[in-house]
Amino acid sequence: MGSSDAKVAASERYRAGVMKYAQMGYWDGDYVPQDTDVIALFRITPQEGVDPQEAAAAVAGESSTATWTVVWTDRLTASDRYRAKAYRVEPVPAIPGQYFAYIAYELDLFEPGSIANLTASIIGNVFGFKPLKALRLEDMRLPVAYVKTFDGPPTGIVVERERLDKFGRPLLGATVKPKLGLSGKNYGRVVYEALKGGLDFTKDDENINSQPFMHWRDRFLNCMEAVNRAQAASGEIKGHYLNVTAATMEDMYERAEFARDLGSNIVMIDLVVGWTAIQSMAKWSRRNDMILHMHRAGHSTYTRQKSHGVSFRVIAKWLRLAGVDHLHAGTAVGKLEGDPMTVQGYYNILREERNAVDLQRGVFFEQDWGGLRKVMPVASGGIHAGQMHQLLDLFGDDVVLQFGGGTIGHPMGIAAGATANRVALEAMVLARNEGRHIASEGPAILEAAAKHCVPLQQALDTWKDVSFDYASTDTPDFVSTPTAS
Amino acid sequence: MRLTQGTFSFLPDLSDKQIRAQIDYCLAQGWAVSVEYSDDPHPRNTYWEMYGMPMFDLKDAAGVMLEVDACRKAFANHYVKVNAFDATKGWESLRLSFIVNRPKVEPGFGLLREEGAGRMQRYTTRSYAAARPEGRRY
Repeated sequence: MGSSDAKVAASERYRAGVMKYAQMGYWDGDYVPQDTDVIALFRITPQEGVDPQEAAAAVAGESSTATWTVVWTDRLTASDRYRAKAYRVEPVPAIPGQYFAYIAYELDLFEPGSIANLTASIIGNVFGFKPLKALRLEDMRLPVAYVKTFDGPPTGIVVERERLDKFGRPLLGATVKPKLGLSGKNYGRVVYEALKGGLDFTKDDENINSQPFMHWRDRFLNCMEAVNRAQAASGEIKGHYLNVTAATMEDMYERAEFARDLGSNIVMIDLVVGWTAIQSMAKWSRRNDMILHMHRAGHSTYTRQKSHGVSFRVIAKWLRLAGVDHLHAGTAVGKLEGDPMTVQGYYNILREERNAVDLQRGVFFEQDWGGLRKVMPVASGGIHAGQMHQLLDLFGDDVVLQFGGGTIGHPMGIAAGATANRVALEAMVLARNEGRHIASEGPAILEAAAKHCVPLQQALDTWKDVSFDYASTDTPDFVSTPTAS
Repeated sequence: MRLTQGTFSFLPDLSDKQIRAQIDYCLAQGWAVSVEYSDDPHPRNTYWEMYGMPMFDLKDAAGVMLEVDACRKAFANHYVKVNAFDATKGWESLRLSFIVNRPKVEPGFGLLREEGAGRMQRYTTRSYAAARPEGRRY
């Protein structure tokens, strides 16, 4: 692909001054990635006049060993190995000016078991690099040798289900609303009603921490009273995701320990706490038999736009390595961004033992998870009982369906809203297992179930016309006949 | 109260035809079906009594239904559940579990509280029926 392929002699290569990244060795069109390489796929938008191959080489350089000028100290290292290598560049189908660039990284560039270190390289300096108009990290292939340096989810789908004694259906949750302003006593009321009515979990929202209207200890005490009352009323294990997000790691540990001492089976953190804090809480959760729920607060600032940022599928991969048990991964049918196929791609990344290449779902690489446990995806935001067939059809059994407004906004109250959701869910699972085609027969199945459940009929009547039908901004741009890598 | 453990406890009690359809589904997935019973339905009582071994080699729902019926007859006033076990790598666990028989009267659970320092509280869930010896609870 052009003249920049030409190798230069070492004496030329290390002459002081500035030279093209491709010439410095960050482009190698003949390179065959090793099984142990980390591979990153970037979507690059070069500035006018910048050769895409040189732009790809620059990304490889800036995300590995390069600086803007030649340095002789490279010659004190095995620099040929440490240089990341852009090895393939191709135009993004139907989007002029954008290119997919594949870059391979030698495994020893990364500290074992540290997402902070991985991200400092891969998305460190390079995203502000001037010769690019925009840059997006679309996907990564993580070699098994690297995957095995991480603990992964502290609990995982299988053990979570065994602990909860709940099998064969999605779990049901709801976020307490209004998310800000309730006192501890009133907040716990919502938890109690929702769990007693039939939900498995309730949830703190991302921004409920320790505010003037409700300090964290008061929330924890009231919520655990509610959880235990509902557990006794139903004979089922219940839980409330106690958000332990706080200003410092010490505060987070203090809150998590209090949750544990009160008997909670789950705690939650927000993505904004950062990778190091996430991995610390993952290890803490492992030591304390705790399910760790991750709310992806803030992700849309960098995941939503197709031209720049980091795809959520990459965030999902990093979080599976870092070790969370639940992760919000979109609903496709609800109020928040998400093309159905793209969202299914995220779910597969979280739940499969091994991901096959699946370009329609935005999965560019085969990924072996090396026995790492599975993350339970969470579907939350603007969903209701009337969509149960769509949700079950799209996502299957291993998902937490969270109906916040769709529980608390029920005309007959919170417990009735919870019962409506649970009955709709169980009726749909029963019908699917009986071999019925739920995608088409779903509404009829719900109507039939509502005959023996008044709250479900009321829910269907209230929300039957609600849908959020907007075009998604983040869809995979794939070639229907992929070229071989 | 109505114990709502198991996959379909919020629906009206399943008919034999419905139970059989679920067993057909489990067998079609390649799962091994088993039957368990208990008169101690505490939510953390993981080990219900096994009514025989999981039926690893039985591929016929009618045969499984005979076991379900036999268990329901022998333990008419106990909880009985049907489990489906998946031995696939990465699962090696139950994939479906639902109640097919329950005592006529379900007295439910009491909640014991032990007040601690500050407002700390420790909770114990206690089945009213389980206060009596096993076999004489319902």
